[in-house]
Amino acid sequence: MALLELININHYFGGLQAVSNFNLNIEEGVLSGLIGPNGAGKTTIFNLVSGFYKPTEGEIRFNGKSIKGLKPHEVTSLGISRTFQNIRLWNSMTVLENLCISQHYRLGYGFIDSILYTGKYFEREKNVIKSAREFLEILEMKEFENEYPKNLSYGLQRRLEIGRALTIRPKFLLLDEPAAGMTSGDIEQLIQLVKWIRGEFKLTIWLIEHQMKVVMALCEKIDVLDFGEIIAAGTPSEIRKNPRVIKAYLGEEVTVHA
Amino acid sequence: MKRYLSTILYGILSVVVIAAARVGLINTYEQIVIMFIGINIILCSSLNLINGYMGEFSCGHAGFMAVGAYISSILNIWFFTSSPVFGGPLFTPGSAIFLFPVTLIAGGAGAALAGLLVAIPSVRTRGDYLAIITLAVTFIIKSSIENIQVIGGARGFMGMGKVVDSMTSVINLPWVMIWIFVFTALCIWILNHFVNSTYGKGIIAVRDDEIAAEIMSVNTNRMKLVAFTLSSGLAGIAGGLFAHVLGYINPGSFTIMKSTEIMVMVYLGGMGSLSGSVLSAVSFTLLMEVLRPLQVYKWVLIPLLLIILMLYRPEGIMGNRELTDVFPKLRRFFPSREL
Repeated sequence: MALLELININHYFGGLQAVSNFNLNIEEGVLSGLIGPNGAGKTTIFNLVSGFYKPTEGEIRFNGKSIKGLKPHEVTSLGISRTFQNIRLWNSMTVLENLCISQHYRLGYGFIDSILYTGKYFEREKNVIKSAREFLEILEMKEFENEYPKNLSYGLQRRLEIGRALTIRPKFLLLDEPAAGMTSGDIEQLIQLVKWIRGEFKLTIWLIEHQMKVVMALCEKIDVLDFGEIIAAGTPSEIRKNPRVIKAYLGEEVTVHA
Repeated sequence: MKRYLSTILYGILSVVVIAAARVGLINTYEQIVIMFIGINIILCSSLNLINGYMGEFSCGHAGFMAVGAYISSILNIWFFTSSPVFGGPLFTPGSAIFLFPVTLIAGGAGAALAGLLVAIPSVRTRGDYLAIITLAVTFIIKSSIENIQVIGGARGFMGMGKVVDSMTSVINLPWVMIWIFVFTALCIWILNHFVNSTYGKGIIAVRDDEIAAEIMSVNTNRMKLVAFTLSSGLAGIAGGLFAHVLGYINPGSFTIMKSTEIMVMVYLGGMGSLSGSVLSAVSFTLLMEVLRPLQVYKWVLIPLLLIILMLYRPEGIMGNRELTDVFPKLRRFFPSREL
């Protein structure tokens, strides 16, 4: 059974059809990519999956259960985590706090515990901080524990954001342009990191990316989106040769000799 | 032992001030100023939860204060005094000494409920829109009270002095001041625990980036409701204390002017800083009293100070930091538990 099923999704923004008749299954354990020109609707699909938008028509199933119409935090607590195209870290809080707050759905204590400092509060809070420190270690960012995210380099901020998404302990990770704005050195590190976390956490990963280097190095399966529709699907080498993909990316090929 | 040092120091301070008030070392005027400092600390730090920590803009704090003030005053008059409206006392007047905090908390609970009712439909709105909603709520509360003739309408509601008298006739102590000391400490204690827990930091995540907070599993709507309810509940308690300091309340005391005064204190002290709120509540209250001889001109001087502050230090006295961040040596007195 597929981990994520998108069935006949249509989504409109007013009169504009952003996604049309979209069907896709993501199998468990596969690292797949979603590519397409700007404005093709890639991020819209991510937003539909993570619950920011409710699809106008269609059905979204995760692990066989419908997640259509759930709020983003409810979707996340089912095990779907994501990063953003533009980095969205909480800048007035330290790196460690960033990794703690993302465990909000499994804090296991509420308002009263937080005020009265009950035994449960200390026990749970200890666990939260312990697990945040574990992730810091995994990210090799231990020395930045008390640093503020805005003081980190761009590459490290990206790394932290992926780490924060991992503290959810997701089954399914959505990466929205993880390599955007990175130097080639950072990109190498990112590719290694994504490969490593995938093996370590047994994750199913779905990523949007414009840097073909990243897509080709990481993805086992690629779907190409244009004007809200899938125009091609296959392995990286198949996609590279697909004439429709070349057309969507580079425009119509001019035939020089007949 | 060290962990309780700040609590013990506060306890000693309270006992000294209360004893001084009891034996007449400080006169009634000075007592009232001290009591207003306490009330302003509660008002300022509780509004800081919404305007500072959560980054929203509420200007309805005076409205929630009014709800708390009226509820606790009405309960006290009904329970402990004979009045033409409510008839004879329900309990013996002397029992006010035990039941006063109960009615105060009832006032706080009423204000919290009012806050929750306002917050439920307005969690989706932010910034300016929330400001307008809370402004409207202030007007609704004020006009409602003005039109309920049973509780005095626009003429106001009085008789709380009798309740205070019946407490002092049992044991001769400045009871209102004692409860102000207790509830000020309680308020700071609650807010400090809340904003330092991972649960409470959810509201700071909402301020920094609401979308990221929602996707990182923070139930943003619920966090907003919790923060709003807590904040207005504390404002209600402050209102109840305010009513019993003055012995008389009227709807005119709880207008947008009062909300503005509280907001000035919040921005003066620094958004998202509890120690800043305490500092600014103390200094603002004292400043208002020191400048009293200037009469109307003080309303030229104080806004001028604000303008200068906004130009040269827009983040307020403390900004987003606490006293312990500025003077790390103070951590000795306020150690946090190692986790």
